[in-house]
Amino acid sequence: MDIVYSVLPPQFLSQVLVGLSRTTILFIVASGLSLILGVLRIPNVAHGSLYMIGAFVSYSIAKLFGGGPSSYWWALLITPFVIALISFVVERGVFQFLYEREHLMLLLLTFAFSLVFGDLVKLIWGVEYKSVPVPGAFQGFVPLFGGIPFPLYNLFLLCVGPVVALILWFIVNKTKIGKISRAAAVDREMVGAVGINVSWVFATVFVIGCLLAGLGGVLVAPTVSVTLGMDHTLIIEAFLIVIIGGLGNIWGALLGALIFGLSQSLGILLWPKFGIVIPYLAVVVVLLIKPTGLLKSTW
Amino acid sequence: MLSVNGIDTYYGLSHILFDVSIRVEKGEIVGLLGRNGAGKSTTMRSIMGLTPPKKGEIIFKGEVITGKKPYILFRKGIGYVPDDRRVFADLTVDDNLEIVYRREETWNKERVYSLFPALYEIKNRKAGFLSGGEQQMLTIARALMGSPELLLLDEPTEGLAPLIVKDLEEQILKLKEAGISILLSEQNIKSAMKLVSRAYVIDNGRIKFEGTRAELDENEEIKRRYLMV
Ligand SMILES: Nc1ncnc2c1ncn2[C@@H]1O[C@H](COP(=O)(O)OP(=O)(O)O)[C@@H](O)[C@H]1O
Ligand SMILES: [Mg+2]
Repeated sequence: MDIVYSVLPPQFLSQVLVGLSRTTILFIVASGLSLILGVLRIPNVAHGSLYMIGAFVSYSIAKLFGGGPSSYWWALLITPFVIALISFVVERGVFQFLYEREHLMLLLLTFAFSLVFGDLVKLIWGVEYKSVPVPGAFQGFVPLFGGIPFPLYNLFLLCVGPVVALILWFIVNKTKIGKISRAAAVDREMVGAVGINVSWVFATVFVIGCLLAGLGGVLVAPTVSVTLGMDHTLIIEAFLIVIIGGLGNIWGALLGALIFGLSQSLGILLWPKFGIVIPYLAVVVVLLIKPTGLLKSTW
Repeated sequence: MLSVNGIDTYYGLSHILFDVSIRVEKGEIVGLLGRNGAGKSTTMRSIMGLTPPKKGEIIFKGEVITGKKPYILFRKGIGYVPDDRRVFADLTVDDNLEIVYRREETWNKERVYSLFPALYEIKNRKAGFLSGGEQQMLTIARALMGSPELLLLDEPTEGLAPLIVKDLEEQILKLKEAGISILLSEQNIKSAMKLVSRAYVIDNGRIKFEGTRAELDENEEIKRRYLMV
């Protein structure tokens, strides 16, 4: 181990893990955004709001179940469905009528939605910070790499990331709805002409995408103070990730999230004062090298 | 089976079809012939509901279907094979067939593959990597998965090598034998004449001729003016 540490110091390894747990959240949210962008062609600015609502809803559900160490599991279980329901109503009620509009129009409309969602959150939960309990089994720290304490909950996140990626891979590549949505991403007219009701395909994809945003919100909740405005930073990061990864490409979202998450955590280690700008620099570098994104875009 | 009654179709403001009327009876292959830009594809798109006509009426199996969505028309038994192929390039051959809505069991993968054995050989290949002929087979196979009663075949032989055209003609005849009615658009009148029992000639979005194959064969004037024979 000492040989390893002489090349890769323990602080470095520890920060890599911090970066990877951040990557998990970023990937989960950005993959949902990318899915919606790729199949429905909607740049959904309100995606960040669903992430925020996910965090607030998980607060309420945890409270409902007593707020103890195990209440979080209920929040994790129920919140994604609440977000799915909200997004279903929004899609059937409004978005389904907008698919043929120009992208700029959609950008403005979804931005309007994000403002409305923001106000609703303020109305329902108020402006104070909320905190969501860390689930019992994952409270505290473990000594890792040379004894540096590492939050157990982050290890949990590190396990969730690959599981979500695997499930998404399965849905997109192995299920009928996944295959249909890949076809619809490229040629929705022809998908309709082989008897598929594209409108319902879109509704399903939209709900899955938003559910991912909500899931991201629940997962992040125990690690941050849940507050108004948490949607803004995240939606910007998620859009950048989707852009550098390749629009509509879920593996691009994973790659983008890795670049973003790792450059964030390592940036802080290497250059504490200006570390937070490093992910943005990384984005610029990627776009200079490959303006269309790293992986194949569906656009 | 199908009757198109005096339809007018537009792309935005450009008026493309003028008072087009077409009939297809059960079990026959009807030709829709005309040169490039005559309005064949627009007629097909109008029937399939992709570019709905602004005027006129389309009746399928006794029911008015004008203005119905394409997916509904497919579920009623109309299969559409576009002229620009449009396979789902990102999916495998097998998945191209898999995702199609199944109206009934008359046609399934097995039967489709036995009609196009070449497709079975490459069923795990991505459709985007197929040759032109293979893609054409796949678009027909895909339409068949819905067990259509009427097939709209838009220039199936366009851009294909003569040998492949010959195969395709045989397969189209097999579909007719299987009881499927076909509206077949072609510029290539030679190929069409082997298949159709009746034909319409379209030019500038208007029907210029309507008659049996023999009548068209004798009408040198129509063939010279509209079909470049
Ligand atoms: N999407 C479109 N928008 C505007 N005009 C079109 C479009 N598609 C075809 N056209 C025009 O409609 C006319 C008929 O085209 P089409 O039906 O494709 O003819 P064909 O299939 O017989 O070659 C042509 O003049 C063509 O330029
Ligand atoms: Mg054409």
